[in-house]
Amino acid sequence: MAFGETEILKGISARFERGKTNLIIGQSGAGKTVLLKVLVGLLQPLQGQILYDGQDVTHLTHKELRTVRMAVGMLFQGSALFDFMTVEENIRFPLDMFTNWTRKEKLDRVNYCLERVNLESVNDKFPSEVSGGMQKRVGIARAIVLKPKFLFCDEPNSGLDPKTSMLIDDLIQSITRENNITTVINTHDMNSVMEIGENIILLYNGEIAWQGSASEVLGSQNDYLQEFIFASPFLQRLRKAALDQGLSDQV
Amino acid sequence: MGTRLIAETIIFATSSKPVLRIMFSGIVQIFTDFGRWILLMRQAMQRPEKWSMYWKETVRQMYDIGIGSLIIVALISIFMGAVAAIQFAYQLSGQLIPIWYIGYIVRDLAILESAPTITCLVLAGKVGSNMAAELGGMRQKEHIDAMEIMGVNTASYLIMPKLVAAVVVIPLLVYVSAFVAMIGGFLASVPTGVMTTAEYTRGLLAFYEPYNVFIMSVKSVVFAFILTAVSTYQGYFVKIGSIELGKASTQAVVVSNILILLADYIIALVMTG
Repeated sequence: MAFGETEILKGISARFERGKTNLIIGQSGAGKTVLLKVLVGLLQPLQGQILYDGQDVTHLTHKELRTVRMAVGMLFQGSALFDFMTVEENIRFPLDMFTNWTRKEKLDRVNYCLERVNLESVNDKFPSEVSGGMQKRVGIARAIVLKPKFLFCDEPNSGLDPKTSMLIDDLIQSITRENNITTVINTHDMNSVMEIGENIILLYNGEIAWQGSASEVLGSQNDYLQEFIFASPFLQRLRKAALDQGLSDQV
Repeated sequence: MGTRLIAETIIFATSSKPVLRIMFSGIVQIFTDFGRWILLMRQAMQRPEKWSMYWKETVRQMYDIGIGSLIIVALISIFMGAVAAIQFAYQLSGQLIPIWYIGYIVRDLAILESAPTITCLVLAGKVGSNMAAELGGMRQKEHIDAMEIMGVNTASYLIMPKLVAAVVVIPLLVYVSAFVAMIGGFLASVPTGVMTTAEYTRGLLAFYEPYNVFIMSVKSVVFAFILTAVSTYQGYFVKIGSIELGKASTQAVVVSNILILLADYIIALVMTG
């Protein structure tokens, strides 16, 4: 994948597993967002394949791609809620566009999704009238309203306090397990990596520098990974103490 | 790819001559924009995913364009008619041409030129810039990407209703404009004593040619299409940044105005030549 002469992603080969939270991590500018946009078809790779359940989506026409996208939900970094619609209308939009359900069926589904993301009494509010964390949750509700098989989240914790971040992480992980969907999260939040990282890919300069799970992070000797995860002196000391005391598994 | 290579080669060959290089880059840009516009329009004309959603959006756009622009169109038209009547009264004074000719001149001026052209130039500024800013804002806030990922044909959903609404409503606004311009001419000439009601009415009814109304209708439909297609294109492909959004809005108005005037000339040439 390249923009003009600048190559952004090189030789990426990865498999994202169903029912697991797959994380793409890396420093700013490593190519995480570009990779996510390539995966969802918003950007076209110069070469290679992107397989959804074995179907290559890189050479599909707009129309064919749209059919595949019906099975995809995405949470954007800025939530991307339509600011001219209420919360309820935002979540109902995919149902209005793609289903022939009755008004009551749609409302029931909207309310179920809102309940699922622990939101109540916000149906008639506009996105600007709810907090950043609530906007993210509305974004998740909208992403899951059509029962997708694939869920993509671009920096779901950006701009959120640690407690709300954990809440969003838990929510994404429980939805992933509950519905057995393939979730791909693009993040540089260390808490997310350690808490919900079941399959982690570290990008460095557009290439995969490391792949593993959260339990393998502490014991890994990969320099890029250590430099990225344990960037602060405090975390370096913490890692050393944990390793010295043989607590890597528990960490 | 081959065409791009040729273009880059020519740009390189003319690199020692800045004026030539700028001119050639400009021409390449025009062709690039035209090609992208054709592709966008082709995508925008595809079958809607759900007619009811498109209809809802079309009605919303009709309301925004029609009701939202009615006052400004009426205001401009009343003054256009009034100024035309006063100036022609001034020019015709002391000549052998009968004074009731003013009604006739105001009518044909409104029908043939001021109502379709001036109204659409004003609407390009009001409606066109609004469309470009709306779509540009949606692009920048990732609303368009969000819809794409849901499986919506964004080019179609965001552009087709605007095109349909504009092509239906703008001609109606143009008819209103022509009518109000004639009222403006009346208000400027009858109460002020320039002529009597009977004289003005005689002028309005003299030499009436229904074909002229047909020309006005053709112009208004073509201009409505131009201003919507250009503005939505500018907004849809806006880049990141507030400056880019402003630029897209300005470009939408400037390009629409130029193309409307060019189309005005071509329609006049073809339909009255």
